[in-house]
Amino acid sequence: MVPVELLDIARWQFGITTVYHFLMVPLTIGLAILVAGMQTAWYRTGNTRYLKMTKFWGKLMLVNFAMGVVTGIVQEFQFGMAWSQYSRFVGDVFGAPLAMEGIVAFFVESTFLGLWIFGWERLSKGVHLACAWAFSLATVASAYFILAANSWMQHPVGVEMVDGKPQLTSIWAVLTNSTVLAAFPHTVFGCFAVAGTFLMGIGGWKVWKKDRQRRATESEPKSMADSASRPAGDDEDRKLWHKSMRLGAWVGVVAFAGLAISGDFQGKLMFQQQPMKMASAEALCHTEQPASFSIFAYGDVSQPDCESVKSFTVPYVLSYLANGDFTSEVEGVQELVPEYQQKYGTHLPDDPRLGEFAGAPIKYTPNLPATYWGFRFMIGFGAVAAASAAAVLWFTRGGRFPEGRWWGPVAIANIATPFLGNIFGWVFTELGRQPFVVAPNPSSDDKVWMFTAQAVSPGVSPGEMLTSLIALTSVYAVLAVVEIFLMVRFARGGVEAVMPPEPDEDDEDSDVLSFAY
Amino acid sequence: MELQTFWFCVIALLWLGYLFLEGFDFGVGMLLPVLGRGEEQRRVLINTIGPVWDGNEVWVIVAVGSMFAAFPGWYASLLSTAYLPFTVLLLMLIGRGVAFEYRGKVDSPRWRRTWDAVIVLASWVSPLMIGLVLSATVFGLPLDAGGDRVGSPLVILTLPNVIGALAVLGFSLLHGAAFLSLKTEGEIRERSRGLALRYGPVLLLPLAALMLLAQLREGTTWTWVPLVVALVAALAGLARQGRWRDGQAFALQGVALAAVVVTLFGALWPNVLPSTLNPAWSLSVAETASSPYTLMVVSWVAAFGTPAVMVYQGWTYWVFRKRISTAHIPPVHAPSPGGAH
Repeated sequence: MVPVELLDIARWQFGITTVYHFLMVPLTIGLAILVAGMQTAWYRTGNTRYLKMTKFWGKLMLVNFAMGVVTGIVQEFQFGMAWSQYSRFVGDVFGAPLAMEGIVAFFVESTFLGLWIFGWERLSKGVHLACAWAFSLATVASAYFILAANSWMQHPVGVEMVDGKPQLTSIWAVLTNSTVLAAFPHTVFGCFAVAGTFLMGIGGWKVWKKDRQRRATESEPKSMADSASRPAGDDEDRKLWHKSMRLGAWVGVVAFAGLAISGDFQGKLMFQQQPMKMASAEALCHTEQPASFSIFAYGDVSQPDCESVKSFTVPYVLSYLANGDFTSEVEGVQELVPEYQQKYGTHLPDDPRLGEFAGAPIKYTPNLPATYWGFRFMIGFGAVAAASAAAVLWFTRGGRFPEGRWWGPVAIANIATPFLGNIFGWVFTELGRQPFVVAPNPSSDDKVWMFTAQAVSPGVSPGEMLTSLIALTSVYAVLAVVEIFLMVRFARGGVEAVMPPEPDEDDEDSDVLSFAY
Repeated sequence: MELQTFWFCVIALLWLGYLFLEGFDFGVGMLLPVLGRGEEQRRVLINTIGPVWDGNEVWVIVAVGSMFAAFPGWYASLLSTAYLPFTVLLLMLIGRGVAFEYRGKVDSPRWRRTWDAVIVLASWVSPLMIGLVLSATVFGLPLDAGGDRVGSPLVILTLPNVIGALAVLGFSLLHGAAFLSLKTEGEIRERSRGLALRYGPVLLLPLAALMLLAQLREGTTWTWVPLVVALVAALAGLARQGRWRDGQAFALQGVALAAVVVTLFGALWPNVLPSTLNPAWSLSVAETASSPYTLMVVSWVAAFGTPAVMVYQGWTYWVFRKRISTAHIPPVHAPSPGGAH
């Protein structure tokens, strides 16, 4: 039972499917709320520009929403499929937030999304708008329950050990875990960072294209006639894209400020809750007082003794990031390992169910290059995206848009930055938790923890696991291409492609559906 | 103890809701190439379930999530033991969901044909997988003392489980035909009704066999009652279909399905997943249940949440209650290949 490769395949599968799912989720959450906001603006002002924005950005949201929904089903199933021992161990606690997510949030999301897509003109404007808010707020509620479940794996609370398994004693403690209270705002700001940059990228690209077309026609010989005959809607169209871009930039700037503040808070919490994760994030090999923050390192950070590592550091900063005090001590990997060994053991139990892992020594240091660079890339990509949002606000003020042939492609490429920041953040936080799947809570003596090697399904063969890994990854790869293809197509198509054709005068009471697949 | 029983019933109810709701939308998908002659008719078929299929699908997610919350041992053993069927089911649900949403987004026959193929394939294969795993949970799997599978990934393919797979397939097909005769008008309505009448008895045959098998192998005296109810309701449904009472026919199929689910889960009780190797290793309700506190927490959520779900999903069906035909389908509206300018 449990050969080494089974665990590796199961982890790769969880990593790939979860990272992929989390490419869709932040865009869905951020965009859904923004679209509901645009529709509210239309409802209140009656201005068609807001209706067009709702329809256009709503269409892109739907292309993405479908992918988020279907890849989410995999998440709900794979705990039982690939991680049966984990599911048995944590079931009393972990299943509850998942079931709550389904009943309270996911039902609302799917049902009201259907009503919103098909309900244009069928429902009254107010009810239709309420549907938009229902599904978009449900996506946020969904995120809360899922993060509560994940936070419990990072920092178990509200339980006691009964017959070797954690038993829930307070659901309230799980839902108000300090870890989820920190992770939730950080994640939601991350969603808005993605959505804001998305609006900024596509909106900016459309403005850039319009300006280039205009300049091209104006420089032609018969430009007088052309510019005179340019449809009046063209200026309105540019305004719409410009407004979308600036809305995205504002959302981005606020979101990035929120990310920095909530991230700082979360980081300080993690120094208390999972000191090894944070020491690994810094490749801090030895305890320092005061501790320096490493900006950049070369050499082999994967060696815990760090002998070959040269690092550019800023003194005192890490002490402040960890404890809010510039001169405090921060523990290093080398000093933490014996502490962990003393608290949590040096070897896995000699249980035959663990197969090749029975009695194996425990390696307490996470994958250092992944945590070190994951942490830096998270912050780095976030900073690039934040700077771009601020730059857009300045350089496009008052309807401006800079000339230059590269700005369009740059605007599109920049969409990737907050996605990358999100991904690296999650890779860091989940790899930094290793070798635990449920990391111990250092301020509690209830002895609740589980090693990842103990969590995998003993009855599943590596061949089956590899089959599903290959099948899911291939399908996901194809669907990624399809989604991007559709996004590009709708972005190119602009407003005309998403606004319903004007109804005929005598067609008022026809039975034709306002929308159909 | 009462909460454990209550949650066993809730999970039966969630599976019933799923089989009832997604049953007909699987059926519609299966019938796409049979009843949909030409693009306009295929769009009529797809749009009968357009606004609701996603909400229907959530029932399976909540059923499985509730198994995790209320009976973690059941969830862990069933999903890991039936690893391959669940993998296939996931791939199908992924393809199907994306296909509905993406099919109309490009105005090209080839594009639509591709997604139609995905819808049809997934609509045929998904109910087979669901039938397979649901009958496996009734008839048992080769579990060891720890609740993990002994034997090959394909041990699930026993004759009773294959009958179970065909039972869900047959029911979904008939249910889809009944739904279409209720939701469409004109040619499609007549053809779907004809199909339900002609093939109804055959399509219900595996379901009857499954029930009888479950009753004979695992059942108790009282589970004969729902078995009889199921047969009577199913036959009455076909009779009402013959008299053009589409709504009654559809509802009676629901009654039959409910009786089937009661028979199966009744036969399963007090186990949740028997071991075919050693009865002592069978997983029972009492052994796999979460603690009373956890069950109470999820009970409160379900007590308020589930009725609300039924109300707003019911409202969705009310909003989109009209029958549709090719006359209701708007022209295709998708971006042209080169963009607007």
